[in-house]
Amino acid sequence: MTILNLFFVVFLGILFFVSYFHISNLVLDTYGEKSVKRYNFENSIRVIIFIAPAFIVLFIFILYPVFETVRLSFYDKFGREFVGFYNYKWAISDPEFRRSILNNLIWLLVVPTLSTFFGLVIAKLADNIWWGSIAKSIIFMPMAISFVGAGVIWKFIYEYRGPGDTQIGLLNAIIVSFGYEPQAWITIPFWNNFFLMAIMIWIQTGLALVIFSAALRSIPKEMLEAARIDGASELKIFFSIIIPYLEQTILVIWTLITIIVLRIFDIIFAMTNGEWQTGVLANLMYDWMFRGGGDSGRGSVLAIVIMIGVIPILAWNLYKHRQEQKI
Amino acid sequence: MKKISLSSILSQLLLLFFVIIWIIPTFGLFISSLRDKDLLAISGWWTSLTTTEINEIYRMPGMNAQIEEGGYFKIKGNLFEENSGKKIQSFGITSKKINEFNVSEVAVFKDESEVTVDEDGNYEWLSKEAFKKKKGKRLFTTSLSPPSFTFENYREVLFKEGIGRAFINTMAVALPSTLIPLIICSFFAYSLTWMKFYGRDTLLAIIIASLVVPLQMSLIPILTIYNDFGALFGVAAKSYPGVWMAHTGFGLASTTFLLRNFLKSLPNEMMEAAKVDGASHYDIFLRIIIPLSIPAFASIFILQFLWCWNDLLVGLVFLDQVPSEIILTAKLKELLGSRGENWEILTTGAFVSMTVPLFIFFALQRYFIRGLVAGSVKG
Amino acid sequence: MYDDVFIHLKDRSKEDEVADININTVNKYFGDVHVIKDVSLDIKSQSFTVLVGPSGCGKSTMLRMIAGLEDINSGTISIDGQVVNDLPPKQRNIAMVFQSYALYPHMTVFDNMAFGLKLEKRSKDEINERVNEAARILQIEDYLQRKPKQLSGGQRQRVAIGRAITRKPKVFLFDEPLSNLDAALRVQMRVELAKLHNELEATMIYVTHDQTEAMTLADDIVVLDTGIVSQKGSPLELYDRPNNMFVGGFIGSPKMNFISSKILSKSSDATEVDIMGMSKISVSKMSASSSEGDSVTLGIRPEHLVVNGDSDGSWESKVFVVEKLGDVTYLYLEKDGEPLVAETEGHSEIKVGDTVKVGFPAGRCQLFDSSGQAFK
Repeated sequence: MTILNLFFVVFLGILFFVSYFHISNLVLDTYGEKSVKRYNFENSIRVIIFIAPAFIVLFIFILYPVFETVRLSFYDKFGREFVGFYNYKWAISDPEFRRSILNNLIWLLVVPTLSTFFGLVIAKLADNIWWGSIAKSIIFMPMAISFVGAGVIWKFIYEYRGPGDTQIGLLNAIIVSFGYEPQAWITIPFWNNFFLMAIMIWIQTGLALVIFSAALRSIPKEMLEAARIDGASELKIFFSIIIPYLEQTILVIWTLITIIVLRIFDIIFAMTNGEWQTGVLANLMYDWMFRGGGDSGRGSVLAIVIMIGVIPILAWNLYKHRQEQKI
Repeated sequence: MKKISLSSILSQLLLLFFVIIWIIPTFGLFISSLRDKDLLAISGWWTSLTTTEINEIYRMPGMNAQIEEGGYFKIKGNLFEENSGKKIQSFGITSKKINEFNVSEVAVFKDESEVTVDEDGNYEWLSKEAFKKKKGKRLFTTSLSPPSFTFENYREVLFKEGIGRAFINTMAVALPSTLIPLIICSFFAYSLTWMKFYGRDTLLAIIIASLVVPLQMSLIPILTIYNDFGALFGVAAKSYPGVWMAHTGFGLASTTFLLRNFLKSLPNEMMEAAKVDGASHYDIFLRIIIPLSIPAFASIFILQFLWCWNDLLVGLVFLDQVPSEIILTAKLKELLGSRGENWEILTTGAFVSMTVPLFIFFALQRYFIRGLVAGSVKG
Repeated sequence: MYDDVFIHLKDRSKEDEVADININTVNKYFGDVHVIKDVSLDIKSQSFTVLVGPSGCGKSTMLRMIAGLEDINSGTISIDGQVVNDLPPKQRNIAMVFQSYALYPHMTVFDNMAFGLKLEKRSKDEINERVNEAARILQIEDYLQRKPKQLSGGQRQRVAIGRAITRKPKVFLFDEPLSNLDAALRVQMRVELAKLHNELEATMIYVTHDQTEAMTLADDIVVLDTGIVSQKGSPLELYDRPNNMFVGGFIGSPKMNFISSKILSKSSDATEVDIMGMSKISVSKMSASSSEGDSVTLGIRPEHLVVNGDSDGSWESKVFVVEKLGDVTYLYLEKDGEPLVAETEGHSEIKVGDTVKVGFPAGRCQLFDSSGQAFK
C-alpha cells in the first residue's frame, strides 16, 4: 500500500463514521417529527442510531469474545473438538505455566506497591516547591513512552560487555568503577525479573504521581494547619493525616496499576522474549497463539487465568457503581 | 524555623535524587542517538558530554601517496576527519608505547624514516629513501575530543532501516483508532447520559465491567473472526481497518466511561432548555455538547492516541509484519532482535518512536493529566 | 378522526371562557414514589398562576409535565384544547425559564436568545428583530455580544427570560427563577416580571417556594402539598380563608399561630372554643363533622393578635424575645409550651420578661378540625 493510498483509506475510514451519524440524524430530523404519534417512534429510532455502532463494536470485540474464549478453553487446539478440562489440566502440570504464574504474582506484588509508594512520596516532596511542577513533569514523562521504547532505553542501561572491555551500559559502568565484575543483568534468573520490573515502576510511578498530586491539593489546608498548631511534625502529619485521608486514592491507584501489570506483555516481549525464566502469562499466551500454528484451547485457558485476576476488581467496580447510582 | 528549612532542604535533595534517576535513562538514549556510531559502540554516552581523552589508531597511506621534495620523500596528511575538533596530546608508533612522543617531537621508525604530528592532526612522514610498501605505518594517538554530535543516525534510521515508513504506518493506525472511538463513543455516552431507554442501566454496568476485561480475552476469538471474514470475502485478514476496529473495541469502554463522566457533569437544565427551545437530540449533540466537550475530547484523544501509538500487541496480532504495515513498536522489537548490537539504530529508532508522544506530552500535558486523573482505566 | 373534529368544535363553542391549560386527574410516579396524585387544574388564558409549596411537594414536577420534560403516568394535559401528553416540548408552544438560568455557556447572549429561532429556521432579519426587541424590553441591549460568564446573576436572569420571550410562546413557564438572586435583586426582578406579564399578555405559570413571590405576582395561587392541590384561589382568598391548616401555615409571614383548643359548644351559626383555659371565644364558623368536646386548632395570624388592647378573647403571656424591625415589632410569647408570635407597633416599650395581655377579634381567627380542615 503506498503512502498516498494509506492516507486515502484513513480519510475514508473516519469519514464513514462521521457521515453515518450525520446523515441518519438529518434524515430523522427532517422526516421524524412530522406527526405527533411518531414522536415516541422517532425517539426510539434516535436511540438506536446513537447506540448501534458502539454496541456492535462492544458486542463483537468484548462481549462475544469473553464467552467465546471460555468456550474455546474447553476445546482442542483448532476449537473443533470438546476436550473438557484437558487444557486446564495441561496448564496446571506445565512448568512454564507455573513459572509464569509465579512471575506474574511477583510483578503484582512489587510493581503496584512500589509505584504507588514512589508516586506518593514524590507527590508529597514536590508539593509546594517552586520547581515541583518541573520535577513532576520529568517523573511523569515515561508515561508517554511506549513499553518497547522503554525497553530499549533500559536495555541500554543494562548493556553488558566482557570484563576487560569498556562498559557502555550505565549500570555496569558504575559497578566496574567500584571495582566489581560487570554482570549480564537480564540473564540472571529470578533477579532479572526485578530488573524488568524496574522499567515498569519507572513508567507507572508517573501515573501514581499525577493522581496523588491532584488528591494532595484536595486536602483541606485547615486540617493540616490545625495539626501543625497542635504541634505535629511534618512526618507525623504525613503518616497520621495525609495517608489516611488518601486511603481511597491509594486504593484506586493500586488497582489501576494492578490491572495494567496483570496484562504486562510488551516489556518482557521486547527485553527477553520470556527467556531466562522471565515469562509471564501474557507472553506465554502469545507464544501459544502463534507457536506452531497456534493452540486456541491453551491460549484461551491462559487468557482466562488473566481474566480471573481482574474479576475481584471488576466486582468491586460494579459494587461501587451501584452505590453511586443509589445516591 | 531553622529546623524546618533543614528538612525542606533534605526533601528537595531527595526529590532531586528521584528526578535524576528518572531522567537519566531517557537522557542517555537521546545523547546516544546523536553520537557517532563508532564511538557509541566503544564508549559510554556520558563520556561524550565532556572533552575526553581518546586513543585511536591511524594507518598512514603507503607509497602511492608519497611526494619528493628537497631530496626527501614525504607523505603528508591529517589524522582526523574535517572539523572533528580533536586535539592531539601525544602519539606513539608502537602499540606498546602509545604515548611515547609529545606533539611536534620527532618519532623515528626502525627504517629511519621520521614522523612528526602537530596538535591538529597534521602529520609529515619523511624518509631519505622512497617508500616502498603499499601500506603505511600505524600511528597511535591520544587526543582530547570535545563533545560532538551528529544527525547521521537519524538519516540512516529513517530512510534505510524502514523506521520512517513505520512512523507513517503508526500514524495511519493511531489516528483513526483514536478518532473512530471518539466519534462513536461520544454518541454512545450521550445516549447513556441524556436519553431514556430500556436497558440503559444494564448497558452502563456492562461498560463498567468491560473497563477491566484484559484484551487478551478478546484476541483469539477476534483473530478467528478476522480470518473467517478474510476467507469469506477473499480479502486480507489483517489490514488497517481491522486494526482500527480492534483498537476501537478495546478503547470503547474507557472512552465511553470517561465521556459519560464528563457529560454527567453538564447541567441537566441546559439540555432541557435546549429541548424547550426546539432542539432535537442531534441538535443538542452538535450545537451544545460538542462545543462544551472540547477539553474532555482533548484529554480522551490524547489518552487513546498515546495508547494506540505505543501499543505493540494489537499491532503484532492484527497487522502483517511487512514494511507497508509494520508499526514502530513492532519494528523496534524486530530491530532489537536482528540488530541488537547496533546501538545507534536502536537508540535512534526508539527516540523517533518517542517523538510524537513526547511532543504531545510537553505541548498538551494539562489535558493528558486531566484525562488520567478523570479516572483512566484501560482494559 | 371524527373525534378530533368533535373536540375541535366543542372548544370553539366556548372559546372565550375556556381555560388555556387544562390538567385533568394527572398522576406521576418516580419509581415507587407517587409524586403527583390525581391533580386537576384549570389555568386561565393570560393569567399569572403561581404554583407554591414546600420543597418536594411536586410543584416543579407539575411544571415540567406541562413543559413536556416529564412523562405523565395517567391523566391528560391540554394546552389550548389540544391534548399534549405525547407532544415534545417544542410542539407545545411554551417557553421555560429555569432556576439555574441554563444558559448555553459557549454562546453569546445574542446566540443564546436566537438559538430557538435558528432551530426554527427563521430568517436572519426576523431573528435580529426579535432578539433586539426582547433585549430592549429587558434592557440587556449592551450585553448582546458577551458570554454568560461575563454577566452578573441578575443579567443572566434577564437573558434567560429574553430567551423565552423571543420565541413568542403562548405559555411561559418559570421554575423558581429568582431563587438564585440576592434579596434586593429578587424584589426588583419581581416587579419587572409583573410588568412583563402585563406587557406580553401571555399565560404564565410560575413555581416558587417563596410565598411572598406568590402573593405579589399571582392572579391565582395553587398551593401544592405532597402531590395534592391543597387550595387554589386568589392571594387574598388564600390569606383570608385558607382551606386547611397547611395553607394557613404556608401563606403569610411570620407564620400563622396555631393554638390547640377544644369545642365548648356549638350553635347553628357559631362555634364556641376554649382559649388556653383562660378565656373562651365564639367564632362564627361551622363544621358539620365536629361535635362538642372535639379538639380543634385555632389559627390566628401575628398581625391579628392584639397586644394590651381590646379583643374578644384574651389571656396573659410572658415575652421571651423581642425583635424590633423598625416598622413593626415581633413579640415571641409562650404559654403552656405553645410558642406564639405577635405583631405590635414599631416603637414598642415592651421588654423581654414583661407579661402582656394578648387577645384577638373573633372574626380574624380560623378553626381547623383534627384532620386540619378549616371550619367555614
